[in-house]
Amino acid sequence: MGQTKKISTPLIDEIVKDLRAGDTVLISGEIYTARDAGHKRFISLINEGKDLPIDLKGKIIYYVGPTPAKPGRACGSAGPTTSYRMDSNTPPLLDRGLKGMIGKGLRSQAVIDSMKKNNAVYFAATGGAAALISECIKSVELIAYEDLGAEALQRMVVEDFPATVVIDCMGNNLYETGPKKYRK
Amino acid sequence: MREISADKIKNTVKELFLKANYYISSDILNAIKEGINREESETGRDVLKQIIKNNEIAATKKIAICQDTGLAILFIKMGQDVHIVDGDFNKAINDGVREAYGKGCLRKSAVTDPLYDRINTKDNTPAIIHLEIVPGDKIHIEVTAKGFGSENMSALKMLSPSDGEKGVKDFIVETIRKAGPNPCPPVILGIGIGGSIEKAAQIAKKATLREIGKQNPDPRYAKLEKELLEDINNLGIGPAGLGGRVTALAVNIDWIPAHIASLPVVVNVCCHAARHAEAKI
Repeated sequence: MGQTKKISTPLIDEIVKDLRAGDTVLISGEIYTARDAGHKRFISLINEGKDLPIDLKGKIIYYVGPTPAKPGRACGSAGPTTSYRMDSNTPPLLDRGLKGMIGKGLRSQAVIDSMKKNNAVYFAATGGAAALISECIKSVELIAYEDLGAEALQRMVVEDFPATVVIDCMGNNLYETGPKKYRK
Repeated sequence: MREISADKIKNTVKELFLKANYYISSDILNAIKEGINREESETGRDVLKQIIKNNEIAATKKIAICQDTGLAILFIKMGQDVHIVDGDFNKAINDGVREAYGKGCLRKSAVTDPLYDRINTKDNTPAIIHLEIVPGDKIHIEVTAKGFGSENMSALKMLSPSDGEKGVKDFIVETIRKAGPNPCPPVILGIGIGGSIEKAAQIAKKATLREIGKQNPDPRYAKLEKELLEDINNLGIGPAGLGGRVTALAVNIDWIPAHIASLPVVVNVCCHAARHAEAKI
């Protein structure tokens, strides 16, 4: 097991380079939500040569579609969704400066190669720990794509968001090394 | 003949979906707690502790256990001596789902035409309803709020009878190996063997709802469940797929008679947040 590190956004290169697969992290600062439909729109804009609604440099995207917030809460339950569905639309975002992704589950080799090329990191949050994670979300602000409902692009301010570095910028992958240790 | 109002059905469905989404059942919670004791990986134990804490927060604050509050799926056993009055049965169920997902701050995840439009129906309907007519004058309603991260990792194979037990085992274990971290392990597996393509899938889904610790009454299938659980836990996937010994909490097999030419097998994968609830009215 790696170390627990407190990190803050924006994710500058020095932070990313210091993270290793197996480290647990507590993330504070701003992160942005996008999943299937949001990624599709990003790629359409890129293909049309238009600007994205946010500058991706140094940003973290969280793959999540929260439940509606109950009165008095900043955010509804908000655990990670499965990341592979975003794989085909991810390298162009990494090429535009995206530094971190929070999700759960396997990534394609193309994403891992792009992460190595662009010095980026992939974090996993615990799937199904959506109520627990919502406790560290302090505020949520709509940025774009309101029509997508739970899939809208939102800015979240988080404090000590618990995650694990699964794939680091060297391409080390805890999803490969972790299970190998316990396979019988 | 006993009269039951559509309104009563609606309210029961609503309450069941709220209950399922806020409170994990005690058998699952106990299985996760027991998993902490046998998990060798420290990271794995931490994940299981997070899951328990998550379930406590959800129950205390009455918020969704998981943001994927699922498609609304119901298994209904309708007594043949029941007469539904003052409304439409299917509408009552969908109204119950609509109210639960609306008032309960649950996510609306249903979209229309899945290939071209994919427009959110905004109330999590339509529900998927499996209806069975049984003797008696009561209605038994069992609901599950099924998340699709795990549903997407499910698989079906039309095996040949000669593939036998080994063929069945290999297919199931390989399905879970390939799924790795994606379906939010530790998982609960519902296995349907036999029947036709759609019936095997239906009994597999129903098997995900079985209370943990209960085995198939046929000792041969009970043995197969035990062996599969061991083989799957030996994959090393572990909690959240980060490596460990607790990959599955249960393997529940159900079977139905099959055609002489076929041995259908369906693996329905359910995450640790196996949200279901039942009531009899």
